[in-house]
Amino acid sequence: MSEAAYDRVRLARDSKRPTGLDYIRHIFRGFLEFHGDRRFADDPAIVGGVAWLGDEPVTVIAIEKGHTAKERTARNFGAPQPEGYRKALRLMKQAEKFGRPVICFVDTSGAFCGIGAEERGQGQAIAENLMEMSTLCVPVLSVLIGEGGSGGALALAVADRVWMLQNAVYSVISPEGCASILWKDADKAAEAAASLRLTAEDAKGLGVVERILSEDQLGEKVYYDRIRQLLEKELQTLMADDDLLQHRYDRFRRLGTGAVTEEFT
Amino acid sequence: MTMLRFSKPNNELEEGGRSAAPVQRDAGEPEKNCPNCHKDIPLSRLWAGDLVCPCGYHFRMKARQRMTMLADKGSFRELFSGMKSGNPLSFPGYDEKIDTVRTASGETEAVVCGVAAINRQKCCVFAMEPYFMMGSMGSAVGEKITALFEYAVRHHLPVIGFTVSGGARMQEGLLSLMQMAKTSAAVKRHSDAGLLYVAVLTDPTTGGVTASFAMEADIILAEPGATIGFAGARVIEQTTKAALPDGFQKSEFVLEHGFVDSIVPRGSQKKYLAQLLEMHAGRAIE
Repeated sequence: MSEAAYDRVRLARDSKRPTGLDYIRHIFRGFLEFHGDRRFADDPAIVGGVAWLGDEPVTVIAIEKGHTAKERTARNFGAPQPEGYRKALRLMKQAEKFGRPVICFVDTSGAFCGIGAEERGQGQAIAENLMEMSTLCVPVLSVLIGEGGSGGALALAVADRVWMLQNAVYSVISPEGCASILWKDADKAAEAAASLRLTAEDAKGLGVVERILSEDQLGEKVYYDRIRQLLEKELQTLMADDDLLQHRYDRFRRLGTGAVTEEFT
Repeated sequence: MTMLRFSKPNNELEEGGRSAAPVQRDAGEPEKNCPNCHKDIPLSRLWAGDLVCPCGYHFRMKARQRMTMLADKGSFRELFSGMKSGNPLSFPGYDEKIDTVRTASGETEAVVCGVAAINRQKCCVFAMEPYFMMGSMGSAVGEKITALFEYAVRHHLPVIGFTVSGGARMQEGLLSLMQMAKTSAAVKRHSDAGLLYVAVLTDPTTGGVTASFAMEADIILAEPGATIGFAGARVIEQTTKAALPDGFQKSEFVLEHGFVDSIVPRGSQKKYLAQLLEMHAGRAIE
């Protein structure tokens, strides 16, 4: 069994990769961070606020994993709590009110699995984001920069455009989780990774993402400049779209239809 | 003619932390042991009581049994019955698995959709199937649910849905995940059209279904004692190394934390739902 897919998973999880805050700092100007979900707490795993993208004020939201052990602990390893998703939705609604586009950077192994997260409605928080983002009246663009872990990633990726870095992964379940459930053997994670079709090329082939971003010169100025230019150009297109919400609906509506057959009996 | 066999197939999705569903055997097996009171209950008695043990324990119920329980006699008309998932990722073992499950469950997919009358009030209904890969959501389940909500918008109808699911179907990978977004968008359009959606969460409702259409209803009901949550209890224990509180993720726990409107035992559901439909009829039904 080829390890190629699982190598991507390892790369996507590498703590040296640029994290959400790196993208915010290097792509945008004048970032002002806004904290809290106004209901319970501020989740450090999700960072959000307003910033300039070129001449355009935008709302930017990023899952932050941190680089050092200390940072990663403080960020809960990028595993958001329900209040993180609720903060994100609050900021998106704010963006809608002021007509700002929303840009999300997604990098999580998944929504946090914990007692408190369940008590505060992790499932409900994600569900609400999926529902509300589907009709958010401003352009939404999500970039998967590392791990795209299931519903916890999708909750920031119901977007008009979803882009993926070439070594990011996007999956319904972690390869380890899949292997232990299906084959009772977490050591078969590499096999599961290949079967799950979780690489950027796979996701593009399935129609789940529109664009794969090159990682040439990853983390250098020229790298961020390139992404900034692509974002600016794409937002121009999206802001000119007169039928944005219908197109967003159609974008998700067609996913999976090719896998469904209909028998008439 | 299709033989319906009610023996539950081995379901790899539910092995491990959770207890296996009670096995429903062919006629001739006269009793079933209740996992709550540990008494052997005659099957005829269980059937007469909508599969609820005299102690109150709710056994799992097939989707079509729910339709029979809920719909006025002869009123249920199935929609999208032929839709089923292929094996879009050529996932190893999935073709064989799904063949086995189809034969054993008598269903082609993990949700049954249609229109029905409840106390003569017309509505769209769906019920997920616990005996089909524990109601896991793949492309066909997402497509059927989405199509049902779109049908309900076109015909100006409320939707009543019974959920039971282990979550997204991992054998269809990202396409399963995307069904969460797709169904949520369809629910939103139905909601924006001013139409009523009532979800009844049954045992178990977890993962990607909890994190999409199960938690998006106007009114969310639950059957007593159902497991309702996002992450699996075993995963939480492993992640947090903490003991789980008593009754964790049970309906009563979820009610206490504010995420369901009411717990409604099976025997009262038809009346309860009929009342809800009636109270929302002015807007919802032409």
